[in-house]
Amino acid sequence: MTNISWALAAPLLALAASLAGILLHSTRDNQRRLVCSLLLLSALAACGAGMAGLLSHPDTAVLPIGLPWLPMHIRLDALAGFFLLVIGVLLGAVALYSVGNLRHLAEHRSLTPLYIFLPLFVAGMQGVTIADDAYTFMIFWELMSVASYFLVTFEHEQDANRKAGFLYLLMAHLGGLLILGGFAVLYAAGGSFEFGAMRAAALTPPWASLAFLLAVSGFGMKAGLIPLHAWLPEAHPAAPSNVSALMSGIMIKVAIFGFLRMVWDLIGLEHTAWWWGALVLAAGSSSAVGGVLLALQQHDLKRLLAYHSVENIGIIAIGLGLGMIFAHYHYPTLAALGLVAALYHTLNHALFKGLLFMGAGAVLQATHSCDMGRLGGLIRRMPRTAALFLIGCISISALPPFNGFVSEWLTFQAALMAPQLEGTLLSALIPFSAAMLALAGALAAACFVKVFGIVFQGMPRSRAAAEACEADGWMQLGMAIPAVLCLLLGVLPVWILPLIDVVPQSLIQAGLGKSAAGGWLWLTPIAPERASYSPLIVLVALLLAVGAFLVIHLRSGEKRRTAPWSCGHPHLNPRMQYTAVSFSQPLRRIFADLYQPQDKLQRSDHGHPLLVKKLRYQVHVQDQAWRHLYLPIKRFSEWLTRRVDWLHHRPIHGYLAFTFVTLLLLLGLLL
Amino acid sequence: MNLWLWNLAEALLMVGLAPLATAVVKRFKARLQNRRGPPLLQSYRDLAKLFAKQPVLAEHASWVFRTAPYVIFAATALAAAIVPVILVAMPLTAAADVIALVALLALARFFTALAAMDVGTAFGGMGASREMTFAALTEPAMLMSIFVLSIAAHSTNMTAMIDTVLNSGLSLRPSLAFALAALVLVAIAETGRIPVDNPATHLELTMVHEAMILEYSGRYLALIEWANQIKLLLFATLLLNLFFPWGMAQTADAVSLLIAAASWLGKLLVLFVLLALFETWMAKMRIFRVPEYLGLAFLLAILGMLSHYILEVGV
Repeated sequence: MTNISWALAAPLLALAASLAGILLHSTRDNQRRLVCSLLLLSALAACGAGMAGLLSHPDTAVLPIGLPWLPMHIRLDALAGFFLLVIGVLLGAVALYSVGNLRHLAEHRSLTPLYIFLPLFVAGMQGVTIADDAYTFMIFWELMSVASYFLVTFEHEQDANRKAGFLYLLMAHLGGLLILGGFAVLYAAGGSFEFGAMRAAALTPPWASLAFLLAVSGFGMKAGLIPLHAWLPEAHPAAPSNVSALMSGIMIKVAIFGFLRMVWDLIGLEHTAWWWGALVLAAGSSSAVGGVLLALQQHDLKRLLAYHSVENIGIIAIGLGLGMIFAHYHYPTLAALGLVAALYHTLNHALFKGLLFMGAGAVLQATHSCDMGRLGGLIRRMPRTAALFLIGCISISALPPFNGFVSEWLTFQAALMAPQLEGTLLSALIPFSAAMLALAGALAAACFVKVFGIVFQGMPRSRAAAEACEADGWMQLGMAIPAVLCLLLGVLPVWILPLIDVVPQSLIQAGLGKSAAGGWLWLTPIAPERASYSPLIVLVALLLAVGAFLVIHLRSGEKRRTAPWSCGHPHLNPRMQYTAVSFSQPLRRIFADLYQPQDKLQRSDHGHPLLVKKLRYQVHVQDQAWRHLYLPIKRFSEWLTRRVDWLHHRPIHGYLAFTFVTLLLLLGLLL
Repeated sequence: MNLWLWNLAEALLMVGLAPLATAVVKRFKARLQNRRGPPLLQSYRDLAKLFAKQPVLAEHASWVFRTAPYVIFAATALAAAIVPVILVAMPLTAAADVIALVALLALARFFTALAAMDVGTAFGGMGASREMTFAALTEPAMLMSIFVLSIAAHSTNMTAMIDTVLNSGLSLRPSLAFALAALVLVAIAETGRIPVDNPATHLELTMVHEAMILEYSGRYLALIEWANQIKLLLFATLLLNLFFPWGMAQTADAVSLLIAAASWLGKLLVLFVLLALFETWMAKMRIFRVPEYLGLAFLLAILGMLSHYILEVGV
């Protein structure tokens, strides 16, 4: 089999899974097993094809399906290979997780819609990466969007899910329209839907800028860049947990892929204006900080994780923006560094966000709640899930020796190369975005102390949490795979980077090259004297230190257990613990101007303000993007609808007159 | 190989001298306040006593609570091993640069906060919430102020950064002044000294660090206390060696090493006197003034960065 047939096998296996979902709807157990196994096979094919795409030359094929004059073109190159690999790795883990997860879901309802649309959604994502013409790209893109709409509204009895689904569909199509516009500009220049022709076409600067703007807003909407993120925190939590893992872990990465394909590959970075990179950098910085600030104020576990996706997409965009700026000023090696940092973070985020959403799914299944105010103490009831979730928390907080730190380190290194752009305005802007990156990292750590501390530690805050059961073996296996990979990617970046380095080599004909290979031990992205990091030494040193002390202390066993210190108060109860709301209170106060929290305090007393009977405190933090962007747009469109309302109430000859005038206008345009 | 051994020796020196350093500050402070203060070896005695005691755990403390002290101590000790103390060219500075240094300290803090959340008392939650809030502001300020230096040095490697400062002569750079001011503010906050946190309090509603480790006892407490002492010495050394590296040994011969060790101790004493003076003179801030203070540090660091670009690039 050639490489391209491996790449084709992945979506085909996914389509087969969808078919199996329909055919076996009467036997639930077989249905689940077959769909999950086919998805796993699809994941393996995607991994294989991804590796092949990274390691060998681009391979193309033309499929005799599609429009009569436009067969489907597919192509497997390094960029497609990398993203197929990302999809394959997480999909494999999620397929295993689903075997256990869906068994529990199936107790309550028929999962046939899920078995149909989940594989279609996967096939759409895989198809987008290997598309080699605009038509194929858009077909698969829409397949991905529409199939995921049905997954978001899977539990459609709940009003909130239907609303989230509608918002998602609306924004997905608006984004799709913008992307289509981008392709239209490229089509006009290249005269063909094929990517090869678009790549070769020479765009004039204004048209290139237009195509870039359409791409950045269209793909940005799908990726969830602030302020185009509004659908993301609504839609991701609404879907079943294994779907949330895929949506947050890889679907928004497919948007990053689309951006890279269109801007870095088709438009080409030789046409960039200086502000392109600056725009991406600014959007990335604001997403990184805005996403984590909003995440801190969420009390629903899955919603919180969804906001962290906004943050991490921001970090990826910072890397991409840096790359574009360096490419504009003709520093190809540094541009490659920015891109490699972004891609490394793409892979990392797919892993740890997939892991965290799967963990959230395990918690949801065990306690039937994602409201952090009702959880707590799960580390004792679900020790393995807790340990795996903790790995995800450490990774996403960018702490060594896990993988999140490596990609943030690389992004910092790229940002610190700003002095190369001497005397430009940008060189002062870049350190500012580095500051935003540092702020986002530190806030993320605060947020995940809150998540782990409130959900898994302390005392259970509800009966459901007190009686939770550990997730089953399949789910643990599904979570263990990304957890192990998080550690490996954190410890062995030197082995991974040469693989990723292929992508910039094929996209911008420049890579980190030899400088990245400072031996198997040292990660030196630019030059050894500039910066180096040896995760293995850090890991070994940490293990040695921890191990030495454990050995000393395991001997002196005996520990005494007693009640915690309660300041002399006789009974500590779970309601005295800090909650998610109180944990984030100091930050709410510090960033009050950004949050504009609305709080409400109700109190009743026994006739004297000091003799309190009952206190009730409520605080609500709204995403300011709603108030300042979405609601005005909504009001405007409603206003517009009312203005043209009279057009709808015409007698029949009125409508005929409209048709006639329209035809005349169109004829006038043609002549 | 010799250098690796020397690096290990310096790390052990830092870890070993840390309790003494804290005792010295206590002593200076006591003298300034007309008290006698504890003897210099008291910190070691306290640690030895704690190590010998049987630890008492809260009833539902989990494995996170029991492993956290080891992680905290290991991460802090490793961070101390990265910083060049006496000799400039150290092999471990290549294994982990300044960003990794900040991240290692963040790892220690992450586990301190998790351990605080573990038992589920209000004190733990309060301490963790405050600590992580302040850290969210100190960490970027620290990175930014160090970046000012690393941009000037074209490297995030600490050896290279110190080399640059040593070899650029005594040229006064405004950006470095901003960075130094920011890092001093950060160091005070990170080590939990007055005016941000008071290391001498127990059971006060304004406490931060103490609230987090309230449930610890025995060897666990000893490890955390020791890690904290290492942190103080680490920040002092970092400040001195990044901004005032004069006297550090650039070659590994006995004379320059002796001179370097002596000058390090001398500079430390001066810094600790200043710290004791400052702590005697200042009162602790209200807890919600701290963000303003940390915001100031962050702004100073960014100003340092900007002034580097505006005034110094290409000059």
